[in-house]
Amino acid sequence: MARITITGLHKYYGNHHAVRGIDLDIPEGEFAVLVGPSGCGKSTLLRSIAGLESVNDGAIEIDGELVNDMRPRDRNLAMVFQNYALYPHMNVYENIAFGLRARKTPAGEIDKKVTDAAALLNLDLLLDRLPRQLSGGQRQRVAIGRAIVRDARLFLFDEPLSNLDAQLRDEMRGEIKRLHQEIRKTFLYVTHDQIEAMTMADRIVLMRDGIIEQQGPPLELFEKPTNKFVAGFLGSPSMNFIPSALVTEDGKVSVKFEDGTTLLLPEDRQSKYASQAERQIIFGIRPEHISRADGSDERVGVEKYQSVIDLVLPTGSRTYGTFHIGRTPVVAELQAHDVKGAGTALALLVDMNRAILIDPDTEIVI
Amino acid sequence: MTIEIRAQQIRKRQNRRNAMKMAGRYCLAIGITLVFIFPVYWLFSISFKTPDEIFHHPPVWFPESIQFDNYGVLFKDGDAITVWNSLVIATVSTVFAMFLGTIAAYSLARFKTGGQHLGIWIISQRMLPPIVIVFPIFLLYVWLGWVDTYHGLIILYTAFNLPYVIWMMRGYMEDIPIELEESALVDGCSRWEVLWKVVLPLARSGIFATAVFTFVFAWNDFIFALILSRTEVTTFPVQVTHYFGGQSNFWAKIAAMSVLGTIPIFIAVAIMQRFLVRGISMGAVKG
Ligand SMILES: Nc1ncnc2c1ncn2[C@@H]1O[C@H](COP(=O)(O)OP(=O)(O)OP(=O)(O)O)[C@@H](O)[C@H]1O
Ligand SMILES: [Mg+2]
Repeated sequence: MARITITGLHKYYGNHHAVRGIDLDIPEGEFAVLVGPSGCGKSTLLRSIAGLESVNDGAIEIDGELVNDMRPRDRNLAMVFQNYALYPHMNVYENIAFGLRARKTPAGEIDKKVTDAAALLNLDLLLDRLPRQLSGGQRQRVAIGRAIVRDARLFLFDEPLSNLDAQLRDEMRGEIKRLHQEIRKTFLYVTHDQIEAMTMADRIVLMRDGIIEQQGPPLELFEKPTNKFVAGFLGSPSMNFIPSALVTEDGKVSVKFEDGTTLLLPEDRQSKYASQAERQIIFGIRPEHISRADGSDERVGVEKYQSVIDLVLPTGSRTYGTFHIGRTPVVAELQAHDVKGAGTALALLVDMNRAILIDPDTEIVI
Repeated sequence: MTIEIRAQQIRKRQNRRNAMKMAGRYCLAIGITLVFIFPVYWLFSISFKTPDEIFHHPPVWFPESIQFDNYGVLFKDGDAITVWNSLVIATVSTVFAMFLGTIAAYSLARFKTGGQHLGIWIISQRMLPPIVIVFPIFLLYVWLGWVDTYHGLIILYTAFNLPYVIWMMRGYMEDIPIELEESALVDGCSRWEVLWKVVLPLARSGIFATAVFTFVFAWNDFIFALILSRTEVTTFPVQVTHYFGGQSNFWAKIAAMSVLGTIPIFIAVAIMQRFLVRGISMGAVKG
């Protein structure tokens, strides 16, 4: 069990500033997910916490104890590597037992823990195999098993599912989350898959270029992003960003698109943006908040937009249609039977309650 | 029915053709092997021949009886001790060179000790022609009183083989995925334990290959042994040269001594074949 506190962390690789001032406080027992595009410094941050990378500035504390200069073995944490890192000369049993042996655990206890972990991860029948005789998913589970038998106070996962196929990944996601619920230790989990982040995290820490863009519970980041990057990163398909302007008509604030259409902002947001009128903005709206107008429901704050669908993308459970506002392609989530094909004219409803307005210069949500 | 019979005929013809192809290949292989193995056979056969048989004309292809007199003489006169000397010196210097070289190689491979160029600089030492350093070393050894001693030759071969060991082992170690070591560190190992439990087992085939070459170099060396030994620790190659006389050559002794000196090399090659299996680190990371 451990609380981890990071303050003002900087890491350079030569001239490359990989981590640029990270502040992070993860309470005991939390499942925190580090997410961000490739190369944003997720692994570097994780490796710094594990003690595999020395940091140039800042403090890493575990349970209030400064660990910057502590050897990895003394930090007492467990890590699952991006590429498994199984010991090829040892069988599955020995791989899982390795950390216990290194810490001089009594033999009886080792045996119990290894067999328990093997049962949990469905590895019972594979204990005598060498890593090269396992499939990718099995190796993955051995790597996880090796971490969980350890009585570590903090668990680090570096994209543990990145090499699995979609189905196995779904399964393992569930396993890992269940595991966390069972052992209730602090987990720090790296991924660049935003769905994985959304489904697993108590808290998402979204990074870009070595800094944290935003952190908080998944839904908070999803619904109240503080900037354009966060808004665009979470959600699939990602949020539509439509260049537009704030205008005042008859004393009411509206959003005016390039094609001249205006959509009225809802009542409760009027006062907030009254002073901002006549400025350029980026209008952000998720595909699921644009739907087909069926005439019956005219909810508050939902505005109508007349579109011509030019591309239909069925995914099975959902169908996405794209249309253009000015030169900007926009994706809307439709029902399968809403559209016949490209060229369908469709009245759409835009849920203005869920839209976000972004400053085009700073890219911060206003 | 007819189809089946035809198929049988085709199969039969095919089999006959394959058999002839195989026979041809075997003939060729046997022929080539004979050519290469003949000198070795000749060496062995001379060592078992009587003086009459050795100088007989036409040559005696197969000795009448296997007799060990030639070997007996070597052991009685104490000449055979030189094989023992070689064995001790080559083995001990190999162990030293492997031990020191492996540790140094690990440092070079993982901590980039000495920067980028230290590795090249080290291996370049090995490329020096021995003859250009043997006389300075001789003078040094005279001054130290190390000429004609075990430790003199052992230290020399250790030093001379170290660059080779470092170079080879560095290569093998760089091939080991670093995540394995990092994982072991996080799992609770110290650096030494990482080296012992992860790196060395994975570099095993490399260690054996390197050790065999190191041993063979020390075993076969002539120039250093000739100049740095006198009478106490003569090695076997130097001893053999004593049998080439101005008047006559002692062929029986040369042959018997050569056989004794070749046996360890046979063993070394056998070891190497046994352990030179690559690809042990397969499956360590990713697919
Ligand atoms: N050993 C290194 N030497 C130099 N630069 C490095 C080193 N390791 C990482 N970097 C650089 O630091 C930055 C952050 O790398 P890091 O591995 O932390 O990214 P990441 O977020 O884990 O990416 P991914 O999702 O692809 O794993 C990258 O730009 C990378 O090129
Ligand atoms: Mg990474």
